Amino acid sequence: MSLTRDDVKKVARLSRLRMDDQQLDELAPKLNGILGFIEQLSEVDTDNVEPLSNVARSTLPLRDDVINDGECRDAVLANAPESEEGFFAVPKVVE
Amino acid sequence: MTHALIKGETGEWEMVIGLEVHAQVIANSKLFSGASIEFGAAPNTHVSLVDAAMPGMLPVLNQHVVEQGIKTGLGLKAQVNKYSVFARKNYFYPDLPQGYQISQSDHPIVGEGIIEVDLPDGSTKEIGITRMHLEQDAGKSVHDMHPSKSYVDLNRSGSALMEIVSEPDIRSADEAAAYVNKIRMILRYLGTCDGNMDEGSMRADVNISVRKPGDEYGTRAEIKNVNSIKAMTQAIGFEVNRQIDIIEDGGEVDQETRLWDPVKLETRALRSKEDAHDYRYFPDPDLLPLELTDELIERIKATLPELPDEKKHRFMNEFSLNAYDASVLIAEQNRAAFYETVVKTAGDAKLSANWVINELLGALNKAGKDLDDSPVIAEQLGQLVARIVDNTISGKIAKDVFADMMESGKDADLIIDEKGLKQVTDTGAIEAIIDEVIVNNPDNVAAYRGGKDKLFGFFVGQVMKASQGKANPTIVNELLKNKLS
Amino acid sequence: MTDLTNLTIASALNGLKNKEFSATELTNAHITAMENARDLNAFIVETPEIALKQAEVADVRYANGTALPLDGVPIGMKDLFCTKDTQTTAASHILEGFVPQYESTVSGKLWDAGCTMLGKLNLDEFAMGSANTTSHFGNVINPWKDQTNPNIDLVPGGSSGGSSAAVAARLCLGATGTDTGGSIRQPAAFTGTCGIKPTYGRCSRWGIVAFASSLDQAGAFARTVEDCALMLNTMCGHDAKDSTSSKQEVPDFTKALEGDLKGKKIGIPKEYRVDGMPEEIEKMWQQGMDWLKDQGAEIVDVSLPHTKYALPTYYIIAPAECSSNLARYDGIRYGQRVEGEDLTDLYELTRAQGFGEEVQRRIMIGTYVLSAGYYDAYYIKAQKVRRLITQDFENAFEQVDALLTPTAPSSAFAIGENDDDPIKMYLNDVFTVPTSLAGLPGMSVPAGLDSKGLPLGLQVIGKAWDEETVLNVARNIERAANFTAKPQILGVSKAA
Repeated sequence: MSLTRDDVKKVARLSRLRMDDQQLDELAPKLNGILGFIEQLSEVDTDNVEPLSNVARSTLPLRDDVINDGECRDAVLANAPESEEGFFAVPKVVE
Repeated sequence: MTHALIKGETGEWEMVIGLEVHAQVIANSKLFSGASIEFGAAPNTHVSLVDAAMPGMLPVLNQHVVEQGIKTGLGLKAQVNKYSVFARKNYFYPDLPQGYQISQSDHPIVGEGIIEVDLPDGSTKEIGITRMHLEQDAGKSVHDMHPSKSYVDLNRSGSALMEIVSEPDIRSADEAAAYVNKIRMILRYLGTCDGNMDEGSMRADVNISVRKPGDEYGTRAEIKNVNSIKAMTQAIGFEVNRQIDIIEDGGEVDQETRLWDPVKLETRALRSKEDAHDYRYFPDPDLLPLELTDELIERIKATLPELPDEKKHRFMNEFSLNAYDASVLIAEQNRAAFYETVVKTAGDAKLSANWVINELLGALNKAGKDLDDSPVIAEQLGQLVARIVDNTISGKIAKDVFADMMESGKDADLIIDEKGLKQVTDTGAIEAIIDEVIVNNPDNVAAYRGGKDKLFGFFVGQVMKASQGKANPTIVNELLKNKLS
Repeated sequence: MTDLTNLTIASALNGLKNKEFSATELTNAHITAMENARDLNAFIVETPEIALKQAEVADVRYANGTALPLDGVPIGMKDLFCTKDTQTTAASHILEGFVPQYESTVSGKLWDAGCTMLGKLNLDEFAMGSANTTSHFGNVINPWKDQTNPNIDLVPGGSSGGSSAAVAARLCLGATGTDTGGSIRQPAAFTGTCGIKPTYGRCSRWGIVAFASSLDQAGAFARTVEDCALMLNTMCGHDAKDSTSSKQEVPDFTKALEGDLKGKKIGIPKEYRVDGMPEEIEKMWQQGMDWLKDQGAEIVDVSLPHTKYALPTYYIIAPAECSSNLARYDGIRYGQRVEGEDLTDLYELTRAQGFGEEVQRRIMIGTYVLSAGYYDAYYIKAQKVRRLITQDFENAFEQVDALLTPTAPSSAFAIGENDDDPIKMYLNDVFTVPTSLAGLPGMSVPAGLDSKGLPLGLQVIGKAWDEETVLNVARNIERAANFTAKPQILGVSKAA
């Protein structure tokens, strides 16, 4: 499998990373190098092997349904690049 | 039968609809944080640092929400999965702070089920449930407060939603409406969602395609922003015609997300095509699989209330009600309970049903009041109906008493007593009135006896009038017949 | 007075208790060292005023006889731990200026135990790197010099390069680190320090800027095994705010240190004898085996057959998780924002200008391997191999109590050396990544110097939750190795 510049462009778009053509051209071979490296895995026989997504050796903890957080708008907005009237502000979204 | 076919230029078309109902789970706090989910707070106040997706913040699952999910699964008569997995659905949007929504993909908490919906013509239809999963709600973007900016409020961000996905079994807007109504009713019975569409605690996405009957499924469009049953009906109507027009003009329907515009009454494409979604679901590494025990599921099963269909059938059997009356009475749990109290006090189930449905609900509707705010409580209405049953007052007088009760909140007996409305059943007193009427109307008596039968009603009216409506109509009829013959 | 910066944590605690010096004096000595050694670029932010305030309070407690377990111990905090009211950047431009309104669980525990914070330590951007050359705030320089070529600057390892350099150069008595694929152990090896990554779930991840959630684990750097144990005693423990945090009881790790290795079986995984491994490292490994044998251990050959696939597995799973974990850096709620015509512009420009090259590369790889059509071939496949790798360890641990391997396939290399070839850079972690994938505890302990005069480390790997055996074996190596060499650059050198 080899990524074309168009493929890289699509991935950059999905990742919300702006890249010009030159960057795409430079990145494609690097990504292909890494993909070639990870494709070694196809050699491994994984029939009848269950995927392992987490090695935490415990069960999922559950918390009581109590309100013990929030009500901290100043902390929530403290680092916002732009906030107005208690909201985060962003360029207008047109749907 | 509401299976509606639409006539196009090239023949008849059938619509195929599947619904995704998003229902906010009744709880105190969010799915993965301890912030409140109360509606209507000042912007960004019900937001924890977890909800705002600050660096290093981690989710911890709300036990009550899990139990609500199990309860809903049981209520939908669906498979509750003892093993489910939270996965990340990745996309960028300002009201999605993490850049992903924690949802469930391959392993939802609830699997397949079936519900029976009640159609306007009195028939029923089974609609399949594909699955139900738990997920985080997004925040809210406000677009109309600033000319060039959108404002983001994360109060709703991270609240727990249940997404209930139907099979593509729905074939008309009526069926879609009946389905949503039924889901709403079941969730409200269970106490897992308040079903309040105005506040957005229940919303639906409509997947819709058209085909010639018997053909394969066509390409579907997904319609979002459908926030009421009325909007859903309108959106389906518009979208079906749009798709038929495209196909009949030789075009192809695009698989896309469309937005319902409730002002222009049309659907339009939501996101540009090159931005096609690729959600890249994968198991959330901050969470472990959710494993449920049989004990927990059994414990929740034991708390299930009587569900709408069960209640409806019981009302039909126990109270000999017809399907329509039973459906109206069970539509809301408090209404059904109200009715049962009325019956208990009054005795007559059918008469009680008439009074609850026609008089009480009618009056409340006119007054713009909910049943919970009714000035007349169930015991009071039961007493009123009991007075009809035991002949203390007539049905006609009862309506006046009821009007007074709605005004004053007084008991029926008190009003009957105060206003002296007790029905006259003393035959001697009624005979005296009849005699007087006969003496005062010699011409009509003669005419009646001469064969003009229709005048009987005139005499009844005169007697009732003279008794101020209190004479027992049955006795009046009997005595009049004797005296006039 | 002795050089306070050359103390261990244990000896410093003794000195404080015995009033040989005050916490303020101890902290001041390290502040001076930190300032002297700014050329190493180990700190992104120095916080002497915070450290001194904490030291002052510690001195009061010493006077009252209410001293805390680590009272007055000056440490550095990897700048991946969110610290309340102190800028936290993950060494990324995108978080420049970000001031958390909260304290990470682990850093909070350390302050609660009396540690003083000298500053926030440099690292690879978002902990992605093995040489600390991807930081937005510049490279960190290893205080050790290649004796055959003393004019070039070497890398301190990564991603916790600021931590390793600062501890090695005696700028702090200990430091926190995080380890996702070797980010504590490899830099420890490159700087002649001790570094331990405990079992996944031992330390809370709450408040640590996430890289790859299923792998990230906090740990400690110090100059002795005992000091690492002291730090772990405070850092570990269940946290209800982290769903992957373990309820496993935390023992007193310092109690595990003493005792020889009689009756202990130490496994030597044959697959770690990789092609092209320098002979010196091979020799050091053999030396380690001999030391352990001398202490009574039995050396057992074991096989971890899927070792070869650990790196490719890691380079699917870690980028996949990182691509999602880093989606929150969008310029809306915190951090840098680059304005654009519209929202998409804002996102794309903010992220393109906010993230460095290596981070962008990993986001791209991660996005790709999770995308429709490739998920099964890459991500699911990697998760399956991850299971096989984990099972390899489980099988090995049926025969042995711990494993001994080299920590890294080379000693520290020159800055810039592997920069243009990502895969070559990734190979640095060949011995540390398998442990991370299996979530097992691993520790690097300095074993000696190579012919260039650079430190080499040995790695001890243990069973899940058995840090005690890891520490015990490491302590035996430490005793036998008697590693007393010091780096050429020391914070104290310009002082007085």
